[in-house]
Amino acid sequence: MSAELSLIGPILAAMLAAATPLLFAALGELVVEKSGVLNLGVEGMMLVGAVCGFAVTVKTGSAPMGLLAAATAGAATAALFGLLTLGLLANQVATGLALTLFGVGLSALIGQAFVGIPLKGLPKLNIPGLTDLPVIGQALFGQDLLVYLAILAVPLVHLFLYRTRAGLVLRAVGENHAAAHALGYKVIRIRFLAVLFGGAMSGLGGAFLSMDYTPMWAENMTAGRGWIALALVVFATWKPLRVMLGAWLFGGVTIAQLHVQGLGVGVPSQLLSMLPYLATVLVLVLISRDVARTRLNAPACLGKLFHPDA
Amino acid sequence: MSLIRLEPRGQASQAMVYLTPPLAVVLTLMSGFVLFLLLGFDPMKALHAFFIDPVSSRRGIGELIVKATPLTLCAIGLSIGFRANVWNIGAEGQLTMGAIVGGGLALAFYGHGGWWLLPLMVIGGAVGGMAWAAIPAYLRLRFNASEILTSLMLTYVALLLLNFLAHGPYRDPDGFAFPESRLFEADAVMPILWAGTRVHLGAAFALLAVVGGWVLIARTFIGFQIKVIGLTPAAAGYAGFDQKRIVWLALLLSGGLAGIAGMGEVAGPIGQITPNVSPGYGFTAIIVAFLGRLHPVGILLAALLMALSFIGGEAAQIAMGLPKAITGVFQGMLLFFLLASDVLIRYRVRFGARRAVA
Repeated sequence: MSAELSLIGPILAAMLAAATPLLFAALGELVVEKSGVLNLGVEGMMLVGAVCGFAVTVKTGSAPMGLLAAATAGAATAALFGLLTLGLLANQVATGLALTLFGVGLSALIGQAFVGIPLKGLPKLNIPGLTDLPVIGQALFGQDLLVYLAILAVPLVHLFLYRTRAGLVLRAVGENHAAAHALGYKVIRIRFLAVLFGGAMSGLGGAFLSMDYTPMWAENMTAGRGWIALALVVFATWKPLRVMLGAWLFGGVTIAQLHVQGLGVGVPSQLLSMLPYLATVLVLVLISRDVARTRLNAPACLGKLFHPDA
Repeated sequence: MSLIRLEPRGQASQAMVYLTPPLAVVLTLMSGFVLFLLLGFDPMKALHAFFIDPVSSRRGIGELIVKATPLTLCAIGLSIGFRANVWNIGAEGQLTMGAIVGGGLALAFYGHGGWWLLPLMVIGGAVGGMAWAAIPAYLRLRFNASEILTSLMLTYVALLLLNFLAHGPYRDPDGFAFPESRLFEADAVMPILWAGTRVHLGAAFALLAVVGGWVLIARTFIGFQIKVIGLTPAAAGYAGFDQKRIVWLALLLSGGLAGIAGMGEVAGPIGQITPNVSPGYGFTAIIVAFLGRLHPVGILLAALLMALSFIGGEAAQIAMGLPKAITGVFQGMLLFFLLASDVLIRYRVRFGARRAVA
């Protein structure tokens, strides 16, 4: 096998791994936005999930407990957002920003005792025969559980939104909360559940970073992935399957720039590290350019406050 | 039927507009008390170390003003945008670009300076910040791209650029490979306004921005347009207001002010280019803008309070070994409490079941 071909497998595997935290967070946020709520606190929820997952894994020695803690912590911070925006009718943009600032601080505070502790990472799948396949074996059959879970979540979210009654109600609430309310649906409760789901998914995305991708805790380790996930939802025009494509694209950009850095070409590492952020801007521009399509796909009540008496 | 209900007020309560920020501060302090208790510190001692000790000296009050300077500059600009629903959250990046351009001029004319260098650096800082804010403005107006996401992405790009410059082109040639530039020469440094402290010319700029921001919002037609666009975009459309112009104005203004803030940091308390120019002033300025109710005078007060949380965090870290991250927790909590208590402006809280309407 040629040298180029032998590189494809590891690059593909790395790309899928790099896409996983984005996929978790963006899928969660997609459901939140479909219910008509804009939660800009993804970055904060990911960080809290990352640190809680890491801390619990270190303390208990059990990765499943860590993941559970990460999802719970993400949902708990999301509950705070839900309480403010849905219960107390606070501005969603401002509250989301507050959640991110709070999450950065809180995660740094919790994580202080855990800086510099290494973790083993999650166990990788190993199917004799399949995992050993050349080129694609490692990428397709040698990842850890969370990578598959994130990919599995894509069709599940799609089926939930478009093939179940509950999904239909959730979308109705996001499109026209007044009409949904008039039909007797509990707008606030449905949105709150969606927000909790978004928080749990963000928490898992963060935990994948701290427990597996780079198994350690560092302040601000999400490095803007929460914001990129928000951009991905727009990029995907609120469609789960496209979220996956978008996440892979960004995973690809991230891994490509890391590999170029590794090759030691003459471009400084800081400039290469800008690529994922610049790619986000570029992609956002390309998608948003089509105003009609964005408006057609965006939930009509996105970011609007709901009060039953108003 | 729930026991607690929110009943819309006929008219927004003016009293609550002014009462809720102090209420949020009190609630934050109370939560801080509990937080310190949970962390195993004596809460009264910790709160004292955090909020009282740092400003018990002339030097301390000077530091408070030094930190409030960039916060005020950034928040005044942001508040103009927030009023018009322009969500620039990339002030940190615009501040960084101001430091890169303004500080770059100081290095470019190293050894060839004159009285003109500092004014040039101020202009350069403003232009750097404006240029960085112009990108989200253009992308929003031309391509409909959310300025929230683009301005934030550009913040990461600016921070990486600063890091690159500090490690590369800007590095002190005699600096033993430390990622720091040369110390700026005397004619590239902000003059000190208050002897014995580090309060510099930037503080005067910040006060000017407060006055200018007030005049713009309260006394000009543009300010009126900004308010109308923010409150009822549809009405602004019928009135024929040029919304594009307001987006440009809001972003260029906030970018320019943030750029001056960044330039003031490198030419003021820091005195050189380092990879870490700001401890997050651009992000905290978002809290400052809301806490100050988007009003210039309110912003000034809020900036002083937030500056206290920065120096308090540092002081408490040194005096009691409190984790420095607690600053961020305090800032986040304060914004949460403020946003939560905002509900009192537009709604009455009613206890008990809804009375039947006759």
